[in-house]
Amino acid sequence: MNAPSNPTSTPETRDPRDELPEHLGALRAFALSLTRNGAAADDLVQDTIVKAWSNIEKFERGTNLRAWLFTILRNTFYSDRRKRKREVPDPDGIHAAALFEKPAHDGRLAMGDFVRAFDQLSPEHREVLTLVGASGFSYEEAAGMMNVAVGTVKSRANRARARLCEMLELEEGEDILSGSDRNSLAVMGRSGVAAA
Amino acid sequence: MYSDMAEEKSKSSIKDQINDNLKRVYEQALQEEVPDRFKDLLAQLKAKEDGK
Repeated sequence: MNAPSNPTSTPETRDPRDELPEHLGALRAFALSLTRNGAAADDLVQDTIVKAWSNIEKFERGTNLRAWLFTILRNTFYSDRRKRKREVPDPDGIHAAALFEKPAHDGRLAMGDFVRAFDQLSPEHREVLTLVGASGFSYEEAAGMMNVAVGTVKSRANRARARLCEMLELEEGEDILSGSDRNSLAVMGRSGVAAA
Repeated sequence: MYSDMAEEKSKSSIKDQINDNLKRVYEQALQEEVPDRFKDLLAQLKAKEDGK
């Protein structure tokens, strides 16, 4: 019998770089939650792949590869943001919001309203909600990725949820944000993010 | 006060909906096709590595 030309990979010996394809979808979803822009998210994932590939020896075998990749991605995002010092207008985000729009005859939160409110959160708030609310990381894992204390993750997540509640209740209430007012508020929200 | 209780109930319902929607936004992004450029990039990086 011929031995296989490549040694059989076990979890211990498998090159973590071979596992990168399994994480591309999650990386892109996380990048989208930070950037709210498809093109920017793709660039961010690309930079993350290159950095992960060339720094793979810094990955500790047996630890969570996805968490390590997410950490590289979010560090790259914030570092780029500090360099740019400004937020680029986000046509893709508006497009994405339109895709989600559905009538809410049953009185449930309309997806379009939710996405618009989510877009107006700071990236830090979108990040914490995505990590602990959507992608299933624990507060401890999120704290490790964000390089802050667990208590900070919890309080930031609470503030982010409260901020969303504020915005959504406002929208559900007296329809203050109708028509052009809604758009001008969205613009104010973005410039507010840039100033923060 | 009944109105306060109703308000509390409505708040917790909104929080549940926020959590549901966060998952939906993330799941929706997850289901998008991964652009070929990433697979191409990985193939290039691997080829470069093998060429060393």
